[in-house]
Amino acid sequence: MAEIVNEMNVNFFSRSCNESFARTVIAAFVSQLDPTIDELADIKTAISEAVTNSIVHGYKSGIGKIYITAKIYENGRVSIKVKDRGCGIEDIEQAMEPLFTTGGSERSGLGFAVMQSFMDKIKVTSKVGKGTTVSLDKYIIRRTVKNEKN
Amino acid sequence: MNKRIIYGENNILEKRKGHQIGMGVEIQKKSTEVLAKIEGDIDHHTAAEIRKIIDENISLLKPKLLKLDFSGVQFMDSSGIGLIMGRFKLVKNIGGNLKVVNIPKRLERMIKMSGLTKLGIF
Repeated sequence: MAEIVNEMNVNFFSRSCNESFARTVIAAFVSQLDPTIDELADIKTAISEAVTNSIVHGYKSGIGKIYITAKIYENGRVSIKVKDRGCGIEDIEQAMEPLFTTGGSERSGLGFAVMQSFMDKIKVTSKVGKGTTVSLDKYIIRRTVKNEKN
Repeated sequence: MNKRIIYGENNILEKRKGHQIGMGVEIQKKSTEVLAKIEGDIDHHTAAEIRKIIDENISLLKPKLLKLDFSGVQFMDSSGIGLIMGRFKLVKNIGGNLKVVNIPKRLERMIKMSGLTKLGIF
């Protein structure tokens, strides 16, 4: 098991204006690994999808809190958890099918497919009435080691 | 939302900036063609505002061709795909066509994933 080098937590209301806040915070945190622009864009996109799911589906009937934890490991692994205490997903397999959506004609149904494609690993745990946690992992190839001991 | 309407200057019919810094849509009309230039980030939040501006102009101007210019899009998640799909249906409903132009290279992967390339709108 690789050692954790750094960790951060942030939580915020499930307001849609926080979608850009969430991906900006994650991008700033991950930046210490000196990722490429593409790697950073992949992570930002995946976080945007996960947070949007919590806002649109998890808390569809009101405003709740979204909790993000991000960890950086010694081996360059970035592990991000996006958690809500919303309505939960009844059928995770169906929810993860590309193009499946309950969000109406303006939603593409690609959220999970994008997370799968843009990240190295995705795990979804959910309990109806309790909430959903999406765990996303990506390996950043380390070119420079900054602030390792700070 | 701040609304700024410019008539006659470079055919720009309307230019609006959204709540978010750097987000906006510029509408240009040339005979039966309407060009909507999108600037900034497209996510679920900004897509709602972008959609509103474009759809108001579609129902008002009833274009034969709607062009969505993505050259100014800095970031896009799958909400951008939903935005394109929705405008495609809307324009088809009034007998028009949709074209998406100037897609930045970094957004190509998302577009390919969506299968929208089959619609012949790029």
